[in-house]
Amino acid sequence: MPDWNEPIRKLLAGLKLAPAREAEIVEELAQHAGDRYRDLKSGGATGAEARRLTLDELGGHELLARGLRAVERPDAPEPVVLGAGGGGRLLSGLGQDIRYGFRTLRKNPGFTAVAMLALALGIGANTAIFSVVNAVLLRPLAYPDPDRLLTIFETTSEFSQSSVAYPNYLDWRRESRAFTDMGAFRNDDVNFTGAGEPEQVSGEYVSASLFPMLGVTPFLGRNFLPGEDRPGAACAVMLSYNFWKGRFGADLNILGKTLTLNAVSCAVAGVLPAGLRLREEARVFVPIEQWSSVELHSREVRPGLRVIGRLKPGVSIEAAQAEITSISQGLARQYPAANAGHGAKLARVKDDMVKNIRPTLLLLMGAVGFVLIIACANVANLLLARSTARKREFAIRAALGAERGRVVRQLLTESVLLSLGAALIGLLLARWGTSLVLAAAPGSLPRAAEIGIDPYVLLFTLAVSVVTGVLFGLAPAFHGANANPQESLKEGARGAGGGRHRAEGVFVAVEIGLAVILLAGAGLMMQSVWRLWQVDPGFNTSNVLTTHVALSPTVMDSPPGIRLAYRQLLGRVAAIPGVRSAAITALVPLGDDDSEISYWAGTGPQPPQDQTTSAMFYIVTPDYPGVMQIPLRRGRFFTDRDNLASLPVAVIDEVLASHIFPGRDPVGRQLSVILLGPVQIVGVVGHVKHWGLDSDDTAKIRDQIYFPFLQVPDQFMSAAVAGLTLALRTVPEPLSLVSAVRAQVAGPTRDQPIYAVRTMEQIISESLAERRFTMLMLIIFAATALLLAAVGIYGVMAYAVTRRTHELGIRGALGASRGEIVGLVLLQGMRLAAIGLAGGLIAALALTRFMAGMLYGVRPADPATLAAVTLLLGGIALLACYIPARRATAVDPAVALRCE
Amino acid sequence: MEDQPIDREWKKGSAELLLLSLLEALPRHGYEISKLIEQRSQGALRIHAASLYPLLYRLEKRGWILGRWVEKSGQRRRRYYRLTSLGRKVLASQRKGWQTFVAAINRITGVENA
Repeated sequence: MPDWNEPIRKLLAGLKLAPAREAEIVEELAQHAGDRYRDLKSGGATGAEARRLTLDELGGHELLARGLRAVERPDAPEPVVLGAGGGGRLLSGLGQDIRYGFRTLRKNPGFTAVAMLALALGIGANTAIFSVVNAVLLRPLAYPDPDRLLTIFETTSEFSQSSVAYPNYLDWRRESRAFTDMGAFRNDDVNFTGAGEPEQVSGEYVSASLFPMLGVTPFLGRNFLPGEDRPGAACAVMLSYNFWKGRFGADLNILGKTLTLNAVSCAVAGVLPAGLRLREEARVFVPIEQWSSVELHSREVRPGLRVIGRLKPGVSIEAAQAEITSISQGLARQYPAANAGHGAKLARVKDDMVKNIRPTLLLLMGAVGFVLIIACANVANLLLARSTARKREFAIRAALGAERGRVVRQLLTESVLLSLGAALIGLLLARWGTSLVLAAAPGSLPRAAEIGIDPYVLLFTLAVSVVTGVLFGLAPAFHGANANPQESLKEGARGAGGGRHRAEGVFVAVEIGLAVILLAGAGLMMQSVWRLWQVDPGFNTSNVLTTHVALSPTVMDSPPGIRLAYRQLLGRVAAIPGVRSAAITALVPLGDDDSEISYWAGTGPQPPQDQTTSAMFYIVTPDYPGVMQIPLRRGRFFTDRDNLASLPVAVIDEVLASHIFPGRDPVGRQLSVILLGPVQIVGVVGHVKHWGLDSDDTAKIRDQIYFPFLQVPDQFMSAAVAGLTLALRTVPEPLSLVSAVRAQVAGPTRDQPIYAVRTMEQIISESLAERRFTMLMLIIFAATALLLAAVGIYGVMAYAVTRRTHELGIRGALGASRGEIVGLVLLQGMRLAAIGLAGGLIAALALTRFMAGMLYGVRPADPATLAAVTLLLGGIALLACYIPARRATAVDPAVALRCE
Repeated sequence: MEDQPIDREWKKGSAELLLLSLLEALPRHGYEISKLIEQRSQGALRIHAASLYPLLYRLEKRGWILGRWVEKSGQRRRRYYRLTSLGRKVLASQRKGWQTFVAAINRITGVENA
């Protein structure tokens, strides 16, 4: 018996029947053919004849196909509907789904635009924040094998991560076996005298080993040679790519030319690759031994030196940590005066770089995720409303044989298309948003230059948009697919299943809940920042101008010359109209700089390092307290007579006074300061919050010692001069005096530039930059959330009122007052709002705990903030419900009843 | 293939009537119907699968007949068609119409000569 199924299937192939139906027809016809064949053979035909005849009768002249086509596909419905999904048909069906989805979205431009915009906001914000997170936290550093690069800190009882004494670095490097090599660097400004005006450029003193160890290949020329990193070697310099391009016009013949840095001629050895950045942005790099300060080779002082080492392959961090610890212990025994109590600690370079910003970025990532979920909930509600309108469409499809899964897939395809479209717009928004974030971000944001949209960001956006599409499409899709054909087709314009209203309510409640969390976060940050602004820093911050000053190279090699130059400079500046007083200080509070010095009470010899105490050390001129308006508590401040010819004196702050001399008058007593020896205390001033408005209270080192600039011994003068700041109290707005100050500082030789000009208020503002950034971002997200949630609840209530027109009309006809009808609608809306608020408050209580470290003066579960948030959101929800409720009272009963 | 023109011709007018008539007494499957038409017309009328099944499906779609898979022991399942009550009414009216028609033709063409 021949096989009939195959030839019959071929005859039906052109019809594109539903597989189940096709199988049925094939089975029936094959039986017929089998019977016919058997009869023909028993009638005497040969097998071949019988087969040919049977097939002829089945398909002759395409009779069968034509006949079936007329019967089986009367209206040629969308094949989408008839498809049965599964197996090989999946992809072809998907193509149809996509085409159909496009058509549906195009048919409703208003809906599509609104939904896409809401999603684009959410996706764009997420992409923007993620591109920051990606560049700062996720992307590896641009050095080969960056995970093996470790920062090596010194540790003390006061600092878990202190900078390193250069001699200690040299000993580590010599004794360690765990590292292939180590390098050291120190950021400092350098006086650069080019062809024109002298200027101060940011520089980096680096050990010759640093760049080869990191794996940096110069863009031009070569790295420093070990011979160039020795005391007394001829000065060599490497330039940053940007400096070379901007300042030297990308001169390819720059190698070997000389630049004057700090009055020393330095030959250009190379140009570094673009984007290289150690800690700060630097323009020139000089071998560290060129730093001609006694501090460099002193084990006692730790002048901001940082050390990086590259771990040998196969050595674990733990093993390296153990080794460096034992080396440090040896050094502490060998040099107790300088090293007692000092250890060493390793941290991955990248982790160390981003450790401050990580919590902020993760917080923002979470917050922006909430915004996206709210946007999703809004779009889901839109889709739900539309799926009710499309109920008849789904019912007809179901009646024509569409499977539930198929309809779900069609709807999900539509929502994913929607979110992919939104992602495209979102990417544009993200590009713009990223620059917004960068503009708002604190200047200290590490790796900021690397932030941008790369393949990972694109992948993230794609994933987010697909997940988003499925997320907000799911409920409407199942709602649509559940359409009962009979019910839906029978149903009139009104009414829909209860499932939709429940889902809608849930979405609105979720939106409100998430908005509560975001608002609570924003509120807490606002309170923290506001409270920080209220903190008294211990001096008067208004009308103070600060600027760095570089003295003329001609006076720099003679300490008496330096003293004279500053005196003259102060005299010229103080004479500027509008300047009330002027002072020089080595250290500005809240300005990111610090300078600690060990001291001990009395005049005895220095005890081991772990038995001394550290204090902040301010080298200042006599008018400093006048400029800063730091209150004098006891005794006197310095005068010009406190100079090298007189007894060394010091002024202490009230914290040190109560720390060392509790209950006694410190004035007239003695302290000893490392390297300087005994000093007599002549006065006590108020404490200044040096470390920050927030963190000073908990800082380990709070004692403060003021020392007269005129008593700095000659051998420390050049070190003390580096980074001196001129501080002025002004009558008018401080920045209005900048050009006058610049002219007066320049002096008769016109070779003394000022740089890094800032008002004290700017400095404080910058010290709050990170918190303000977090606050600003959270406010933006919370405002977006508030808007979306308000639109969400308004939309749902407006729709509910429309749906209840009939009912409300009857109530009106039966005598319900306007107030009663408004109350009825408000009750429905506010019940949702209350559920959302309650859920949101509980979640906020749980989640704001993670912000504890970023808050100041306010606890995460601050009742006032939560109450304010509840009131604000409740009020907005009330308003969003009230507008539709008012409309409900406008319903004319007669019209309402005619609606039926 | 000389029977093709006849096939097409009778089908147009009367095939529906023949099918409904054959299903009046008891449910039958497709091949049985085609054999019965051939036998009872003594070979004068034949309907092939290519015409039969589309017709069956159309009648089924109109609700005049109903097909159902029936399994008998020892045999493969077959699709049996039976007349619905609607089909019965249609058959009655078509039969009446046909008889009127045949009588009229007869009156014109044969009986007078016979």
